[in-house]
Amino acid sequence: MNINLTLFGQMIAFAIFVWFTKQFVWTPIMAALEERKGKIANGLAAAERGQHEQELAKKHAADELREAKAQAAEIIGQAQKRASGIIDEAKENARSEGGRLLTAAQAEIEQEANRVRETLREKVGELAVAGAEKILRREINADSHRDVVDAVAKQL
Amino acid sequence: MASGTLTSSEYIKHHLTNLTFGQHPDGSWGMAHSAEEAAEMGFMAIHVDTMLWSLGLGILFIFFAARAAKSASSDTPGGFQNFVEWIVDFIDESVRGSFTSKNDLVAPLAMTAFVWIFLMNLMDLVPVDLIPWLLGLLGVHFQKIVPSTDPNATFGMAIGVFLLTMYYSIKIKGVGGFLGELTLQPFQANNIVVKVLLIPVNFFLEFVSLIAKPISLSLRLFGNMYAGEMIFILIALMYSAGIVMGVFGGALQFVWAVFHILVITLQAFIFMTLTVVYMDMAHSEH
Repeated sequence: MNINLTLFGQMIAFAIFVWFTKQFVWTPIMAALEERKGKIANGLAAAERGQHEQELAKKHAADELREAKAQAAEIIGQAQKRASGIIDEAKENARSEGGRLLTAAQAEIEQEANRVRETLREKVGELAVAGAEKILRREINADSHRDVVDAVAKQL
Repeated sequence: MASGTLTSSEYIKHHLTNLTFGQHPDGSWGMAHSAEEAAEMGFMAIHVDTMLWSLGLGILFIFFAARAAKSASSDTPGGFQNFVEWIVDFIDESVRGSFTSKNDLVAPLAMTAFVWIFLMNLMDLVPVDLIPWLLGLLGVHFQKIVPSTDPNATFGMAIGVFLLTMYYSIKIKGVGGFLGELTLQPFQANNIVVKVLLIPVNFFLEFVSLIAKPISLSLRLFGNMYAGEMIFILIALMYSAGIVMGVFGGALQFVWAVFHILVITLQAFIFMTLTVVYMDMAHSEH
């Protein structure tokens, strides 16, 4: 419990330790901490920036998607219009083709009917001639009266 | 572990005597062989144990701290560096809390005071007889391993802090400002005659408060650690009083040690905080 030279020894030791701490402990550690603080701040700022960019990209993507959807809808609409147009055209074509076929068939039928009528006429003529021949055989010659027969047949 | 030849009071006295190196009254230099001899050496003596333990602990601190600081970088810190940074951060925060001016010395001063005092106080948790007994086997008869129970150590630090506050007081406020602070308050007057008359009164009050700072700073730490050490010694006395008392003493020692962890940390923290506060007062006008 005596106060003696130890007092000065302790004072000097304390001063040296304080100086040493300031020089070799505090200053470098604080520098490192400051630097890390800066790094972290930068990192956080970068993260924020990244987030912002991501948000922008998201918005952009949504816009793009909306546009694409609109485009798709337009394309579908056009396609539908075109399809109905094609269908209409096809219907029109079918109708006209049908009409043409009908006309052709009618014409053919008419022709056939005419042909049949002609044949019938001829046959009736022949029949009539045959009948008349049979009637006239006894009194007229078929050859000499052919013009008459033909004239009759024509009138049938 | 008090040997049979010692009485209780001798045992206590033995434990409270520093290993002293100094000038004997007959003029020769050497170790003191008893407490009386140590006291007779007067001022021209040095407590070898206090010096060696405190220097050893201080060197231990700066060695590890400087090693951590050397490898400190802004990358992810490793385990020990993290620990040192945690202490640095804690002290930086404390200093920022009570020191308002700008001075690069205050934070390292606070860190040194805190860690060094903490380490010196920590020696209190080593069983009181262990190291003195081991050294006794080697022929060293006195050993106080807790430097902060030596008033020389606490006064040394407190006076160091005091000199720094004086230095900064005069540097910041000038000699006039410093003397004005000492003599022109707390009682103030506009009349010049009254002012002069008040100077002795003011000086007395301010001088006492100025001197009280280092004394209270060192005595607080010394008193707490000395008392704590004393209780450990008293508990250790119980070991020589039979098995029952010995076991009871062991339990007591454990409890007191656990409680003492709080005390040593708190005292180191108080010393550091007051150091910072005194430095702050030296830097600011009031």
